[in-house]
Amino acid sequence: MAKKMHDTPNLDQLESGPWPSFVTGLKELAKNKDHVVDLLGQLEESYKTRKGYWKGGTVGVFGYGGGVIPRFTELKNEDGSPKFKDAAEFHTLRVMPPPGMHYDTATLRQFCDIWEKHGSGLIALHGQSGDIMFQGCTTENVQKAFDEFNEMGFDLGGAGPAVRTSMSCVGAARCEQSCYNEAQSHRAVLNTFLDDLHRPSLPYKFKFKFSGCPNDCMNAIQRSDMAVIGTWRDNIQTDEALAKKWFVKHGMDELVNDVVARCPTKTFQVKEIGKIKSGEHISSVAVSETHAVEINNQDCVRCMHCVNVMTGALAPGKDRGASVLIGGKSHLKIGGLLGTVVIPFMKLDTEEEVEKLVDFAQRAIDFFAENALEHERTGEMIERIGLANYLDAMEIEADPAMVNSPRMNPYVRTDGWDAEVAKINAKKQSA
Amino acid sequence: MNAPVQMRKPKETGVPDNKKYLHPSLAKNYGNWKYHDRPRPGVLHHVSHSGDEVWSVRAGTQRQMDVYTIRKLCDIADNFAEGRVRFTIRSNIEYIVSDESKVAPLIAELEKSGFPVGGTGNSVTMIAHTQGWLHCDIPGTDASGVVKALMDELYDEFRREEMPNRVHLSTSCCEINCGGQADLAIIVQHTKPPVINHDLVANVCERPTVVARCPVAAIRPAMVNGKPSLEIDESKCMCCGACYPPCPPMQINDPEYSKLAIWVGGKNSNARGKPTFMKMVASGLPNNAPRWPEVAAVVKNILHVYKEDARPWERMADWIDRIGWPRFFEKTGLPFTKYLIDDWRGSRANLNSSTHIRF
Repeated sequence: MAKKMHDTPNLDQLESGPWPSFVTGLKELAKNKDHVVDLLGQLEESYKTRKGYWKGGTVGVFGYGGGVIPRFTELKNEDGSPKFKDAAEFHTLRVMPPPGMHYDTATLRQFCDIWEKHGSGLIALHGQSGDIMFQGCTTENVQKAFDEFNEMGFDLGGAGPAVRTSMSCVGAARCEQSCYNEAQSHRAVLNTFLDDLHRPSLPYKFKFKFSGCPNDCMNAIQRSDMAVIGTWRDNIQTDEALAKKWFVKHGMDELVNDVVARCPTKTFQVKEIGKIKSGEHISSVAVSETHAVEINNQDCVRCMHCVNVMTGALAPGKDRGASVLIGGKSHLKIGGLLGTVVIPFMKLDTEEEVEKLVDFAQRAIDFFAENALEHERTGEMIERIGLANYLDAMEIEADPAMVNSPRMNPYVRTDGWDAEVAKINAKKQSA
Repeated sequence: MNAPVQMRKPKETGVPDNKKYLHPSLAKNYGNWKYHDRPRPGVLHHVSHSGDEVWSVRAGTQRQMDVYTIRKLCDIADNFAEGRVRFTIRSNIEYIVSDESKVAPLIAELEKSGFPVGGTGNSVTMIAHTQGWLHCDIPGTDASGVVKALMDELYDEFRREEMPNRVHLSTSCCEINCGGQADLAIIVQHTKPPVINHDLVANVCERPTVVARCPVAAIRPAMVNGKPSLEIDESKCMCCGACYPPCPPMQINDPEYSKLAIWVGGKNSNARGKPTFMKMVASGLPNNAPRWPEVAAVVKNILHVYKEDARPWERMADWIDRIGWPRFFEKTGLPFTKYLIDDWRGSRANLNSSTHIRF
């Protein structure tokens, strides 16, 4: 039995209502843990004063420079002693989950047992970077807890100016839209950079994220320095039985208003069957005895909308792979940036092809390490030096798929123009 | 280094292989799925080219979970499902079963145990969120508490699929916005420059780092009361709080002046239009713990107007693209103030350089 609970009139109000309550969970833990009794005391104080009371510090495990988020209380009595002494230390261990966040119950139960023994018993599944967050550990117990997680086959995640923990979607494990083996690429890339992940020494953080299709369920384009997003090059696949089944359920109004009208390039058309074109780049499928849909795949931008609406009836093509976008990040410091295309398409079917992705990631990290200013993300660095210089450094050729439009101003020195054209022509001829 | 000799060296194993954790049917049909449908809210039904089928039942959790809750979720997996689970990016748990007859008893058990089943398709799913007062070192507000208060209000929308398209929400307890982009986001917006404790700056802060961190170059070194410190040009400062993490004596959080803002229209999917960043549409809302009723009222109002007015498959951003910003403010009743006109770098692209105006 733990010590007596503090009064928590504010937090108590978060126990009512239908959604699962983290306060109720904390109170359960507090029955056996003084650590959590005092955590609730400090949190209640925050609710009263509307202020936070944690500060960082330096706590880690032997051999690593990151992965633990230290928290020491700043809520002190006048003599400098902590107001809630049993929660004076409340560190978090970030642990990397398996790609797709799949678990068997034995593993989750073992996490619980270890964390009940060495920590507060509070676990977040998962943090915003994708880590399992074991929250609430004393400095003394951090190493003990880590040793047990590590023996289970789990490793710490990233923190600080380092390669960070990555995320990949459920992907090939359970999704028909998956365009590459997300888990394979996720592990191949991340496990190449474990030194940069465990020992923070980059200019700032670097995040990889892996989404299996342009629906980008991992939010890779907005939240990662290097986003690997699945796509395909050939024609959308069709299935007449499922197309007809869809049409029976949804009808012509929905086909026209929800699919045809929402195609961003208007390449998706519905026609009388006799008027359907055929050709190398055309996908078509009958939806009824009289009507069919026709897609000219050369005009398709692989947005996923029609495939999402008519799943099964339509599917990504067979020549699958991924696009790589660089430079996504949030506001700090120059404003939010979306990733931009640097590799329009690459295959990721074989280990050799995945190795090419790893090699590109290595060059991206190396260039970032050498050229970014302190606390500058890759996207900000590219904003500063220009995408063309970045492409030169990465040994990637310019491609119109990288821009919304060519430049709209004349402020560029072009005396290398003829040499560039000659290079492009020479390459065309040798191809 | 004086590390004790018995210190255990870490096994630098990195990201673990997921194969041994996969549901056997997911392992067997890896990369071979054909299509899916949703028999009811909270349930996904996937069909493989092999003919195999799986049902995934999705339920909401509080994300910050005590070990008893996790064990309860495991008991449900062992007794009513097939012992394998996964978590979504929005902290929902998914139980995977290969037998349709297990779906209904599993749903009943989850709901009986207090875990709402839903969050699929065109529902309002769980709010992506941060750490807040519970664990962050720079929070302007709480995270788990805001989410609990809001999800109580949005409970029915989580369990139904009645919105025009999926609705992703996020909350962030400072302007760094760790909660990320969403159809609708709640983010702290500070309104006063930091209050500097000049006695501590010299000992706690690396001053050049702090000066460099300011997006508007409003911070400069200064001697204050005979001590090296920093000062702020308050006419330049836009109160973002970027100086606070590297220099805690520059306190940006204030119980009254740290407000909450509402942003809408973020979309990471490439479906239909290109991905978009969200836009600020309201600010000045009080940080009113423990249930933030003023914030909840604005969120529910926007979601209600969107639900009534948007067409099928329109995400928040798609809907606003169609009706235009004047109508958005008219329909939601939110005031369009001058503070919503972008003046940050690149802002000219956000101005209306045309006569495309809706009346």
